[in-house]
Amino acid sequence: MTSQSEHLSGGWRAWLLSSSPASRGQARLGRFYIAWLSFRSNYLAMLGLGIVLGLIVVAIFAPLIAPYDPNAQILVDRLQFFSWAHPFGTDDLGRDIFSRIIYGSRLTLYIVILVAIIAAPIGLLVGTSAGYFGGWVDAVLMRITDIFLAFPKLVLALALVAALGPGIENAIIAIAITSWPPYARIARAETLTIRNSDFISAVRLQGAGRARIIWSHIVPLCTSSLIVRVTLDMAGIILIAAGLGFLGLGAQPPLPEWGAMISAGRKVLLNQWWVATVPGIAIFIVSLGFNLLGDGLRDVLDPKSGGQG
Amino acid sequence: MTNQTDHLSKAGTGFKGLSLPAPLRATVNVATSVALTFLGLLLVTFIIGRVVPIDPVLAIVGDHAQEHVMERVREELGLNRPLYEQFGIYVWNVLRGDLGVSVLTSNPVLEDIKRVFPATLELASVATLFGVLFGVPMGVLAGVYQGRWPDQVIRVVGLLGYSIPVFWIGLMGLLLFYAKLDWVPGPGRLDVFYDGLVDPVTGVLLIDSAMAGEWEIFWNAASHVVLPAAILGYFSLAYISRMTRSFMLEQLSQEYITTARVKGVSEWRVIWVHALGNVWVPLVTVIALSYANLLEGSVLTEIVFAWPGLGYYLTQSLLKADMNAVLGATMVVGAVFIGINILSDVLYKLLDPRAR
Repeated sequence: MTSQSEHLSGGWRAWLLSSSPASRGQARLGRFYIAWLSFRSNYLAMLGLGIVLGLIVVAIFAPLIAPYDPNAQILVDRLQFFSWAHPFGTDDLGRDIFSRIIYGSRLTLYIVILVAIIAAPIGLLVGTSAGYFGGWVDAVLMRITDIFLAFPKLVLALALVAALGPGIENAIIAIAITSWPPYARIARAETLTIRNSDFISAVRLQGAGRARIIWSHIVPLCTSSLIVRVTLDMAGIILIAAGLGFLGLGAQPPLPEWGAMISAGRKVLLNQWWVATVPGIAIFIVSLGFNLLGDGLRDVLDPKSGGQG
Repeated sequence: MTNQTDHLSKAGTGFKGLSLPAPLRATVNVATSVALTFLGLLLVTFIIGRVVPIDPVLAIVGDHAQEHVMERVREELGLNRPLYEQFGIYVWNVLRGDLGVSVLTSNPVLEDIKRVFPATLELASVATLFGVLFGVPMGVLAGVYQGRWPDQVIRVVGLLGYSIPVFWIGLMGLLLFYAKLDWVPGPGRLDVFYDGLVDPVTGVLLIDSAMAGEWEIFWNAASHVVLPAAILGYFSLAYISRMTRSFMLEQLSQEYITTARVKGVSEWRVIWVHALGNVWVPLVTVIALSYANLLEGSVLTEIVFAWPGLGYYLTQSLLKADMNAVLGATMVVGAVFIGINILSDVLYKLLDPRAR
């Protein structure tokens, strides 16, 4: 860094850390910056962030990184060990495992993003409505939530996939249906703590409708704990999706889904161990990344629960 | 996690008007809550059963049946009635213990489940034993050495437990300990030539063979259960050690610990007797919950180790589109899950006088 840029960044720093921000935007950015500083000092969380960013980059640039078409079968080269031509070897159909892992990152990302996009808003809507309205709305909504919590996630997902039929989209729907109840509980708990605060009464006196109060004043305050929970859950979502893939109920061949790749490698496990081993390591690294990131975010965004336990 | 323990006791608000004595009212509330949850569980399995794209009539009569045959089967199955009536019949049947007949095995589903469930019970119990035996001391150490290397090591062990796919580590375990090192026998519950030699009294092979005095079979069964149970137990170890650690931290900061130290009680006694003694109470809930979670983990472990339990049964039926079996198994798992949750609530109340 040159002295000029240092000076410049020093200026930014002072502006961000200013104790008397001149605008709402400055205050907000400043808060983010302080959170980032505390996040940055947690090296495990940074590792997690690095892994997740790495996953995103790999997924975006998959065609540029992968040396082969993930579905190209070169049967003469089947079940080869690691080599320069095939860094992670080839599978039983002669497909390059490295390229399949690279393209598989797209499926993993696709699954976690879609599940989060479907499940988090459902949980948010159910939880905030239950918390805000109380009474019988609360009783009914929370009863439904409890029913879904009464199933182990994977078993309910299995039954749903059995009904909907195998496939990656159905697996996503099934996982989303099993994922929203904890979000609803969190959103409800947060709503209960804020619904009687003075600022909500003030907004109500100004004539805001229920939908507006929930959407513009309660939902934003629930998001930070929800983001932490969703990030922590992503590892679990990846594991369940991989499990469904392993059972042949998730992504269907020839899609390079990591769980399905392990299942294919199982047939040749004793002689060609790498075929099943490599995708497992990929799943492990990515879900570890989400776990570390989630832990770090919890320490920063949700100091109440105090990361240590 | 902790949400699951208290959600059952909290609900059931509809009985405030009745003036019953407090303990009775609490029992009634819990009972209503459990009944409602169970009814909801049945509603979910019922809905899933109705969404299924496979026509149950076709599954029975085949593609080439005549129209009037299909009509008759449809009537026999009650499929021509309104949905709420069908649901009523479904609930009635389940309460009578009739979960339908498995298309795959042509046995009543309940019979099948009774046959396979002990295997899962055996696996999950040994795994929990493993998780408690190793997880509790590890959690205690992590709490005592907070922030130092034992704590870090145990934290990493926990993180691995939350990040590794259970079926993959199962395969790796088989590869290493069975194929390469030959320390453990292969998949299954017993070597083939021991199969069917003991009477299935409880269905749990370890107990059956010990009762019959067949120690050779006992050791064979034990050697088969070690690897899958250790792998499954690792996941409960991760959870139990993490919770033990935070309970220990809570206890160690209490004044009675300081008092004990000031009185000159040895540090060993302070940690393992005074503090851990109070940690056991909340820990019982955690252990019960981890036991329930193992039911889930056992599905994939059973596949990898060809372990003929409930998870294996569930997935095999699933792949053959045997919906009665799938829904029956799902429902039983859900019911056991609810049962363990209630049990952990009750245990907590019994063990902790403050919660009464």
